[in-house]
Amino acid sequence: MYKYNDFDKEFLAARNAQFRAQVARRIDGSLTEDEFRPLRLMNGLYLQLHAYMLRVAVPYGTLSPAQLRQLAMVAERWDKGYGHFTTRQNIQFNWPRLSDVPDILDALAEVGLHAIQTSGNTIRNVTADHFAGAAADEIEDPRPVAELLRQWSTDHPEFQFLPRKFKFAVTGSPKDRAVTRAHDIGLRMVRNAAGEPGFEVLVGGGLGRAPMIGQVVRAFLPKADLLPYVEAIVSVYNLLGRRDNKYKARIKITLHETGLEAFREKVEARFAELRSSFSGVDQAHLAQIEAQFAPPALIKAPLAGFEAALKRDPVFRAWVDTNLAAHRDPDHAIVSISLKAHGATPGDATSDQMRVIADLAEEFSYNELRVSHEQNIILPNVHKSNIFEIHARLKQAGLATANIGLISDIIACPGMDYCALATARSIPVAQEIAERFEALKIEHEVGPLKIKISGCINACGHHHVGHIGILGLDRAGVENYQITLGGDGTEAASLGERAGPGFSAEAIVPAVERLVFCYLDLRETPGETFLEVYRRVGMAPFKAALYPQEKADAA
Amino acid sequence: MMAPRPFTPKVVTANALIEGDVIYLTADGCWSRRLSQAELLTDEARAEARLALAQAQAGRVVGAYLAEAKAGPDGPAPVHFREEFRRTGPSNYPHGKQVEQKNV
Repeated sequence: MYKYNDFDKEFLAARNAQFRAQVARRIDGSLTEDEFRPLRLMNGLYLQLHAYMLRVAVPYGTLSPAQLRQLAMVAERWDKGYGHFTTRQNIQFNWPRLSDVPDILDALAEVGLHAIQTSGNTIRNVTADHFAGAAADEIEDPRPVAELLRQWSTDHPEFQFLPRKFKFAVTGSPKDRAVTRAHDIGLRMVRNAAGEPGFEVLVGGGLGRAPMIGQVVRAFLPKADLLPYVEAIVSVYNLLGRRDNKYKARIKITLHETGLEAFREKVEARFAELRSSFSGVDQAHLAQIEAQFAPPALIKAPLAGFEAALKRDPVFRAWVDTNLAAHRDPDHAIVSISLKAHGATPGDATSDQMRVIADLAEEFSYNELRVSHEQNIILPNVHKSNIFEIHARLKQAGLATANIGLISDIIACPGMDYCALATARSIPVAQEIAERFEALKIEHEVGPLKIKISGCINACGHHHVGHIGILGLDRAGVENYQITLGGDGTEAASLGERAGPGFSAEAIVPAVERLVFCYLDLRETPGETFLEVYRRVGMAPFKAALYPQEKADAA
Repeated sequence: MMAPRPFTPKVVTANALIEGDVIYLTADGCWSRRLSQAELLTDEARAEARLALAQAQAGRVVGAYLAEAKAGPDGPAPVHFREEFRRTGPSNYPHGKQVEQKNV
């Protein structure tokens, strides 16, 4: 993992001291709220419905046990004993007092964490494949590049006042677990004909009000050209991006209005100007970062105990079947810890749970853990001989839910339970769906099914790329939920199609249930997933299941 | 031209500067953490004046605005569900107003 050097530490200390003084000036009345708001947002501090909310970046989703323990401490000392992991691999504290925030930021700095640029019209936390460095299908660990992008974008003088927020995602695998096609810039590591690693550069993806899938601006970018090239993209956007209309200010609209070819030409022209100014210093720096991401020396141990436990313990077996993914070393596995116990708030972990996870990462995962955009925690490098003990300890902490990728592994934004922008609640819908399918005991039979819920059009809950997407709206003063079907956030990305009129809070869970039973009726083999069935049969049968009355009326 | 809409009752609400929680302007010009203690404003001119008073208190409150409210048996009550959540707290945990019923 990347360790802060003296420059990083001094930069962060200076920035925190600056914000401490800004908070003091707000409290003593020297700054108005209009003056203070952009300053607090640059430091990740929002004012939400019931309290302030501090959004702390988890760069590319990687945390050390010490960092997670400190987050647990912050949650306990200054919040209400829990944190909320988000779809951008951040953690949010929902209840800090303004006067405590400078102390919280200092505590975070002790372990190399910060909240800089987790809000505002800047380059936000760079997200990455949560299986980075461990996945069996990976070309290269994308995190050194993500760290380079973090350092380049942090306080970048040209990019502090972009037309709108700007999100990067990076993956080193052909299998896209980082939703790169729904980011302002998505970087997918690929190899050229000579076998050299580089990037496919996607631009203009994004969900929200005008959802779009990113387009390929460069099919192969040599690794060494990364910074000048992305700087060219962001600087073209900075000039062309619309500042007259907040809803048309994202790069997806710029790209759409400019046209792919014209946009690409401008980027390439700017790149030609910028390239020489990078002089290789960035590559020397990248090499130093890469050294810090050297893979751990993997242990060897017998696997007989693991295999015996699989035969002996069906609960363990079920959890292994859903929560483990293939590691590049066959004796190791990637363990996903579900933060989606049935009926719990998706993405929430208590301080006690964070400490349990930190201990497990320290003992069994070479001091590393990950936060996924799907709001779960990952132990990326676990020798299979340790998995039975991990499961036992997770069980004691209420963290052994066997549902990764299943219907109850729901992404949900905070919605109107917390968010000032929300138009409806998300969390209770997620809770009720999970509890309903737990009661029906069919989620393992149903198999892979991604439900994603957003509480407003801004789509933090990624509903457009959910196999079943749910969007909460305010219809004449009542919560109303629209369903989209067929969305996909992977390398085969597609946006969901709206099924029809929305459902009330009472009707949305039964509607989802009808969809799932419709799918079970339609699938030709137990292995045909919901998304595959949708792609085969289209909307019509699902629509008929959702709106049975209309079908009856038409008959 | 459409006739102007009749004025509907409102309360002045905001968030407290330090705590960030929801507060309401009372008839005596103080801030309460309970909607039931807010002044229900039925006159448009008075509502605008009370809002201006709230907005002038930048050292104590953030984002003051007029929220729709109606008279209830225990004082003002919310009209929209958003104000119901602001008055109560989140629905996933017993946190916020539903467990903290202190006055300023």
